Amino acid sequence: MAATATPALTLRQLRFSWPRQPAPCLDIAGFSVAAGERVFLHGPSGSGKSTLLALIGGVALPQQGSVEVLGQRLETLSARARDRLRADDIGFLFQQFNLLPWLSAIDNVLLPCTFSASRRQRASAAQPARAEAERLLTQLDLAPDSWHTRAGELSVGQQQRVAAARALIGGPALLIADEPTSALDAARQQIFVDLLLREAAAAGAALIFVSHDHRLARHFDRTVALADINRAASEVAA
Amino acid sequence: MRAIMRLAALSAWSRRSTLALMFASIALSSALLLAVERIRVDTRESFTQSVSGVDLVVGPRSSAVQLVLHAIFHAAGATHTMRWESFTEIAAHPATAWAVPLALGDSHHGFAVLGTSGDYFTHYRYSDRRALRFAEGRAFAGTFEAVLGHEVATRLGYRSGERITLAHGLGGDGALAQTHDDKPFTVVGILAATGTPLDRTVHVSLESITALHLDWAGGAPLPGFSIAPDQVGKFDLQPREISAVLVGLKQRTDVFRSQRFINEFRKEPLMAVLPGVALDELWQTLGVLERTLLAVAALVVLIGLAGLAATLLAGLGERRRELAILRALGAGPRDILLLLVSEGLLVTAGGALAGLALLTAIAGSAAPWLLDRFGIVLGAGLPSGDELALLAAIVATGVAASLLPGWRAWRMSLADGLTPKL
Repeated sequence: MAATATPALTLRQLRFSWPRQPAPCLDIAGFSVAAGERVFLHGPSGSGKSTLLALIGGVALPQQGSVEVLGQRLETLSARARDRLRADDIGFLFQQFNLLPWLSAIDNVLLPCTFSASRRQRASAAQPARAEAERLLTQLDLAPDSWHTRAGELSVGQQQRVAAARALIGGPALLIADEPTSALDAARQQIFVDLLLREAAAAGAALIFVSHDHRLARHFDRTVALADINRAASEVAA
Repeated sequence: MRAIMRLAALSAWSRRSTLALMFASIALSSALLLAVERIRVDTRESFTQSVSGVDLVVGPRSSAVQLVLHAIFHAAGATHTMRWESFTEIAAHPATAWAVPLALGDSHHGFAVLGTSGDYFTHYRYSDRRALRFAEGRAFAGTFEAVLGHEVATRLGYRSGERITLAHGLGGDGALAQTHDDKPFTVVGILAATGTPLDRTVHVSLESITALHLDWAGGAPLPGFSIAPDQVGKFDLQPREISAVLVGLKQRTDVFRSQRFINEFRKEPLMAVLPGVALDELWQTLGVLERTLLAVAALVVLIGLAGLAATLLAGLGERRRELAILRALGAGPRDILLLLVSEGLLVTAGGALAGLALLTAIAGSAAPWLLDRFGIVLGAGLPSGDELALLAAIVATGVAASLLPGWRAWRMSLADGLTPKL
């Protein structure tokens, strides 16, 4: 997808606390990610990274402030519209890859097209969506003999490629990668990050890459420590 | 929708060992419900078609149901009898095409003995005007010859040529029963199965019934007086009284005129009933039992479906990650609900169809054995409209039962967000 002037993500005066926890776990005055920008976000465990991703995905809503994804304020959208936005424009890549083990590699890649007609259309703009899934898997160096293997029977490295292809299919405008390299050794981490950045750039997608590993930060346009933007973290620290 | 159904099918397949038990439970309970429905319908059909082609059943004035029970089902002992002269007058009526006299009162090993004329085998029809057929032998021609119903022969292992004796009264032939041991009968024919009370009846001539009781009075043998079987021919064996008469009319349109003629019979109080109407009335009285059976079978299906809901609910814990993944990929709560309901639909519909297949297989292979062994009529063939409606109800209830786990999954997926709290 071509980069536009609309920011991929804008947070304004965001405050969020989980039910029965009066103290907010996130209190962010402002944070934005430009379209096509690649941001490295780091923070210790329990610093609220997963919560922030849930807010960006529109699964949770802030008690105060706003989360704006691709120009749409999530709190003004209906739950259904938020699900639609997440399905259409956000690609998630998880630490544990979160593939459905009983689906084949290629069916896992095609899964976002099940829930989003626009991703399905974008994926099948030039060729059938299945061919696009195969193209992505080829780009990510997954051999064709593994495409129809059930995800649960793939190696960790293969699962990771499948998860990346799934996040990329249909060209989402925003890619969120939650510690996707934590299970890999240093050499494989490097290869994978290169691959991800290349594919994100080709799709024109903004990328928020969450990780503990600061060595990877140099590949990104910008590095952000969650503790630096989250006032709730500094309150706890104080 | 199709994609969600496919996902549901693949997900269910991945948990097939757990769901197989539910599938089997639903299949068995569906087969049971369908079997009860089929037996109910077949029994009703067999019941209401126990007699056909008979326009009127005539007997002493009592109740229509009692008369039919006695004349068609050979149950309920006659409280009164009618005179032979009345029978001949009815038989000679211009509207009457044929009349067959019936006399009940004796039994053989619990099976009713019916005294009648040879016309019985010519005119009696059952089911859809099907004539009686001999599996072996012939109709009785003289005294002390018997024709057995199919079930009597199979249950007691009788063949043509067998010598049997009758017991006096319908109470069976236990130690206290009075028997007609001195006048044995020879089996000369066995009727083919009809699925009607005829299968459980021993047929003898009216003259034989008179001959049996020549040396009896007041329901007991006369002390010190006995007539040997070879001597009965010297006596007038025409009966003086009979229990009932089956009447066929020349024209069906005469049925009400003939009925009125009999109901207003001057020489003795008689009644004529239309067998179809009386059988329907009798079936209504058995409706409670019919509905109870169906309710019990439906309860079994409900228990099976409750098990399905419980299994889906219990499986939600281990499926939280799967549901959270789908949520992250854009599945809305409605999709999650649909996924769970689709799974319920697949298991229930599959189970119900397997139940139908099982019933069809049993009906196709074991129906004759069920009829012979237990007297259960289980018809083979395509499912009826009512059976298809029952199948649809099972599937609809299965879908309704999976709404609860679907709702739970929806709630859970909202609470879990993108990361399941395991």
